[in-house]
Parts: sequence; structure tokens; C-alpha cells
Amino acid sequence: MTIAVNPSQTGEPVFYLADEHPHPEGYSTSLGFWIYLMSDCLIFAILFATYGVLGGNYAAGPAPKDLFDLNLVAVNTSMLLLSSITYGFAMLTMQQNKVAQTQIWLAITGLFGLAFIGIELTEFAHMIHEGATPQRSAFLSAFFTLVGTHGLHVTCGLIWLVTLMVQVGKFGLIEANRRRLMCLSMFWHFLDVVWIGVFTFVYLLGVLR
Amino acid sequence: MSTNTHAAGAHDHHHEGGHAHSTFSGYMLGFVLSVVLTAIPFWLVMSGALPSKQITALVIMAFAIVQIIVHMVYFLHMNTTSENGWTMMALIFTIVMVVIALSGSLWVMSHLNSNMMPVHQMTGMK
Repeated sequence: MTIAVNPSQTGEPVFYLADEHPHPEGYSTSLGFWIYLMSDCLIFAILFATYGVLGGNYAAGPAPKDLFDLNLVAVNTSMLLLSSITYGFAMLTMQQNKVAQTQIWLAITGLFGLAFIGIELTEFAHMIHEGATPQRSAFLSAFFTLVGTHGLHVTCGLIWLVTLMVQVGKFGLIEANRRRLMCLSMFWHFLDVVWIGVFTFVYLLGVLR
Repeated sequence: MSTNTHAAGAHDHHHEGGHAHSTFSGYMLGFVLSVVLTAIPFWLVMSGALPSKQITALVIMAFAIVQIIVHMVYFLHMNTTSENGWTMMALIFTIVMVVIALSGSLWVMSHLNSNMMPVHQMTGMK
């Protein structure tokens, strides 16, 4: 961004902004995506704050101790953690230009993600069946909003994952697809980071309370 | 791409926004650390190994913070040099916002709760 001075015929200097050299496509994607993730982080911060404020208001309804099954949560946590490492392997094979192996690791990641969503929905269904619906108490409203929003993010990530697998299958590991896989990698690991907060503050501290 | 080669190859064809290239050992180290840092808090709560609930709560919160940092470093490849430090700037700004939102909400609302008149006293005032 330099200002060049061009002496024109009248002798008066003309100021103009020289064009920046053209950036390659996707030059700023990862920074932009990171800023999106940070804004998403603020959404979760507000939901955590809401849960922190309302998490003790049971309205004479069920408390976390009555509802949460820590064994199930541990299994769920390991599903998400395993999906994180398999996505990491997908990124590594992507760097080595191995299309088939990348696809396999992406598929395994998707299966772990699907298992996570499945277990979470089973848990929700079980709670709702016992009468612990979001309408039951402020605690349950905050719980379903926070954990549900995380689950919704994972679901979106799964849809994105399948879309990218189709893209990679069609066009191979072209530069654009690498960039997209990089973004999904950040998204996926970010969701795992949020889940650390969820299992610690909602489940473990809830059972302790 | 290490930081040194990044500076030299900023206009490379393979320019990837300054993100560190991941390695197998990096991912595995992050994964093993995460497993340990997840398993210990679960074990502490499920077995009740520590004598008081408050100590347990503090310990598992400390584990969560450490695990978040591990994820940031080994899975999200955070460092101070990627994107000329702008990702780190955005992260620090977000952390400040998150801390204000969380601590502010909890502090204000707990004060509000403790200063509110209990329901049974309120009905007795009629």
C-alpha cells in the first residue's frame, strides 16, 4: 500500500493508491475462518454463562445427579476425541497427496461423529422420556440449549464432511479442497475444545454438585 | 511449514496462510495428552478419590484448562506467528470477552440471587 506520486502534465502531483499485488485465491480464508470460530466461541461463552446462572434452578425437578450417566458421557467424549485424531490423520494423508487414504480417514471421522450424535440423541430421548424436558426447569432449558447447540454444530460439521468427501471424490485434492479441509479441521477441533468445557462444567461439575 | 521457511516462502505456490504443517508425532502427542487429561477428571469424579468436592471441582477445572491449551497447540496448531500473529490477537481478544461475559454474568447473577428476598418471606409480607 504505497502512495506513488505521478507528475502529470500540469506539473501538479497526482496521488493514487497503487494496487496491491494480487493475492492468490483463499489467501485470507484461514484467518477469516479463525475469526468466525472466535465469534462462535462467544456464542458458546454466553450459553455457558446462562447455564452457570441457571444450572442450579431445578424447580423441584430432577438434578444432574439423577439424570447424567457419566459412563455414557465418557464413551461420548472418547468418540469425539477419536474423531479428532482421525481427522488429524486425514490432514496428514492429505499433505502426502494420498486421496484414497484421506477419504478413508474422513469416513472414519464421520462414523465417530455419527456415533457421538447418536449417543447424545439417545441420552436426550432417555431424559425426555423420564419427563426431564427443556420445559421442566431452568436448569434443563439451559442444559438442552447448551448441549443441543454443540450437537447441532457437530451435525453441521458432519454434513460439511460428507460434502467435502464428495468434492474430493470428484475433483481430487486440489488447492481449493485442501483449503476447505483445513477449515473443517479447525471447525472440528474447535468443537472438541467446546466439548471439553461441556463435559467438565455441565456433566462432571453437575454430578459433583 | 516452519516459521523460517514461511518468511522466505510467503509467495510460494503452496502458501497456506502461515499455518504450521502438522506432523504425526504432534497429533499423537496431543491425543495421548488429551486421553490422560480426560480420563483423570472422569476417574476423580466417578470414584470420589479426593476427600472434598470443592478440591475435586478445582482440580477438574484445572485439567480442563490444560486440555484446552493442549488442543489449541497440537490440534488447532496455534502459535504466535501464524497470520503475522493475527490469529493470536483474535484469540486473546476472544478470551478477554469470554472471561468478562462468564465472570460478569456469574458474579452479577449470584449477587442478585443472594440479595433477593426468599419467596416465603415475600408471601408473609402481605
